[in-house]
Amino acid sequence: MSTRRVPVVERIMKANDVQAMENRSIFDANGVHVVNIMASPGAGKTSLILETVRRLGDRVRMAAIEGDLASTVDTDKVRAGGIPAVQINTGGGCHLDANQVGRALPDLPLEDLDLLFIENVGNMVCPVGFYLGEHTRVAISSIPEGDDKPHKYPKIFANVDVLVINKVDLLPYLAFDMDAFLGLVRGLNPEIEIFPVSCVTGEGFDAWTTWLHEQAKG
Amino acid sequence: MHELAVTQSIIEIVNRHAVQAGASRVARIHLVIGELSSVVDDSVQFYFDYLSEGTPCAGAELVFRRVDVQLACGACGATWQPRDADWRCPACGQARAQVTEGREFYVDSIEVEET
Repeated sequence: MSTRRVPVVERIMKANDVQAMENRSIFDANGVHVVNIMASPGAGKTSLILETVRRLGDRVRMAAIEGDLASTVDTDKVRAGGIPAVQINTGGGCHLDANQVGRALPDLPLEDLDLLFIENVGNMVCPVGFYLGEHTRVAISSIPEGDDKPHKYPKIFANVDVLVINKVDLLPYLAFDMDAFLGLVRGLNPEIEIFPVSCVTGEGFDAWTTWLHEQAKG
Repeated sequence: MHELAVTQSIIEIVNRHAVQAGASRVARIHLVIGELSSVVDDSVQFYFDYLSEGTPCAGAELVFRRVDVQLACGACGATWQPRDADWRCPACGQARAQVTEGREFYVDSIEVEET
């Protein structure tokens, strides 16, 4: 049987991207700045949100969408920190997609918010491929994960606006070559903003919250 | 694991274009995947065989065209293919790399059977 070639040239992520643009227009209509936080499990995504809320809570109206395979552990923590939060359970899915985020939006008081955190599923690979409609993409890499992370996961470092280097209070105890690490990261992403912080000691948080507050004022 | 979502999207695109072309069966699907797309061919094939059952593209052959990462230096204009995650310019040493190829991720064409 003969075959005929039909040109397609259609982006595989188009369906996700169309929904992401709808999310984005909802965010913009409500004047909410949205931050998509991506990192491996245990890097400190929830801790970063909680410490940021503690420091900016009296000036900036915040909320969070929490993405996890299962449980409401993070949502419970963030609500206890004093901001509204919605849980998305992906049921095994390795990332959030624009459709899941879109469905969560009616459960948030968007008109009363300045800043919305989307805490993605703990994973250094998959979340980066799915645009959610966010304004700012943040990766967290923590000191105990090692200084070779950019070698193993170049895509996340190359495709975010901001890198938060968490747990810098552990630098004296671990063999982490900060200069080598920063050289690799800046090589992958010349425009990246970098904030070394510790959610335990508070080191570096003034720079991070000042920058974030500026973004939220938009 | 995100190959599941990606494969669903590929099948939706292919079947839609097959129907538009008046075809009832798709023989081959040509995909272009940049190295930065972090998608594993074997995983897509695995999900595809399962998810395409009963649709016009069931049994179609997936043909992957991989595109290597190509970088251009924003400082000196040199172009090169990185061998690892060190993207500093091999000519001038500056960290000003721009990705010119390697982010591609699309269905290029399909081959449909003439009836």
